[in-house]
Amino acid sequence: MSPVNLLCFLLLAGSLFFFTAGTVGLLRFPDLYTRLHALTKADNLGLGLAVLALMLRAEGWAEVFKLGLIWLLVMAASATLCFLIARGARQRGQLPWTQRPS
Amino acid sequence: MWALFDILLLLGIVFLAWRALADADLFRGVMQFIGLGLLVAVAWVRLRAPDVALAEAAVGSGLTGALLLAALARGERRQARTAQTASSPEQPNPAQTGAGAVSPKREHLYRAFAAAVGWLIFGLAAWAVWPLPSASDGLALEARTRLSESGVSNPVTAALLNYRGYDTLLEVAVLLLAIVGVWSLRRADVAVADSAARPLFDSLLRWLLPLLMVGAGYLLWIGSFAPGGAFQAGALLGGGLVLGRLAGWGQRKTPAAHYWRAGLALGLLAFAGVAALVMKHTGGLLQYPAGQAGPWILAIEAAATLSIGLTLGALFAGGRPSNEPISAEPQESPDHE
Repeated sequence: MSPVNLLCFLLLAGSLFFFTAGTVGLLRFPDLYTRLHALTKADNLGLGLAVLALMLRAEGWAEVFKLGLIWLLVMAASATLCFLIARGARQRGQLPWTQRPS
Repeated sequence: MWALFDILLLLGIVFLAWRALADADLFRGVMQFIGLGLLVAVAWVRLRAPDVALAEAAVGSGLTGALLLAALARGERRQARTAQTASSPEQPNPAQTGAGAVSPKREHLYRAFAAAVGWLIFGLAAWAVWPLPSASDGLALEARTRLSESGVSNPVTAALLNYRGYDTLLEVAVLLLAIVGVWSLRRADVAVADSAARPLFDSLLRWLLPLLMVGAGYLLWIGSFAPGGAFQAGALLGGGLVLGRLAGWGQRKTPAAHYWRAGLALGLLAFAGVAALVMKHTGGLLQYPAGQAGPWILAIEAAATLSIGLTLGALFAGGRPSNEPISAEPQESPDHE
């Protein structure tokens, strides 16, 4: 395995880890705000690592540029959407989770 | 390896399709429909049809999802209004029980009818597909050998705008008909944007919208030699209009209705105009003069992109443009003010 391929593999494995962590957070966290937190943070990192891995295998600079652009677009969109969704929920009176009711 | 992926993909598609239809919570149903669209887009990629995948993700999943969500929000607002009138001490509103409610027996009948029509269409399609030879390239070989004459090097664009140009002409006409239907039904609501959320959303849109326009131009241009084209580019423009409307942009100064009309009709007019022009020279419907197909196709696609984008945005607005705030149901007034 060439060093580039190895690096690619490691980046993709890291990407999978973060996507999995984000999904587990989405499924397991107690309320909307913590779920949003898990999803947007972890997925951005996962996507970033996947984009880096694909950049290593890109066929030229134009492709590298396009991949980078996709990453930036998704980051900006998900950060803004996270804020908008959380704000909408807050306005409808959803309270953040504080502790496990027992 | 890929077989496992494909099987999971197919199971996911069937599962999400079922859930999208069967979920009692309409909002969840819409979300599952959007997820379904994305999985179908992946399936198109697996079938090596990236053009269709792009269109499915942008129009089938994104914009249709936005339309469904807008319809849902409108329905909720109406329900809240009827609940308000019902809770007032006056006598109950007869429209509330009469108009929307369908007796269970009737509903079964409707469902049985819908299922029968669905199965009939499925049966007809299966009947048409069944006798086809299973391992045939169809017309792919022929399409490929004549590709150099088609004016473009992307076979999908060649099929859409050269070999089967009249199909696309009719598709553009259907889009125009759809918006004519929506406009004749109602006026658009005045979009109410959340003012405190504006700084952040605005700052995103301020650089995202120009980028979307550049992206649309790029997709339009590469459509002649790579996956892309008028529908994909138009979907980007339409998405930009949806975002702008959600942010409450262009509320103070919407373009007058006749600009909208001109823009919406431009695609069909340009398409039909080119068709008439080349027919005069070659005698065939959308049969371009030899060696000149490329520029004609690009001209049609550019006009169609604009109209498709405007149509999708106008569909999301849900009615003909109105500059004045709507109180109840306003009396008819001329549109061009």
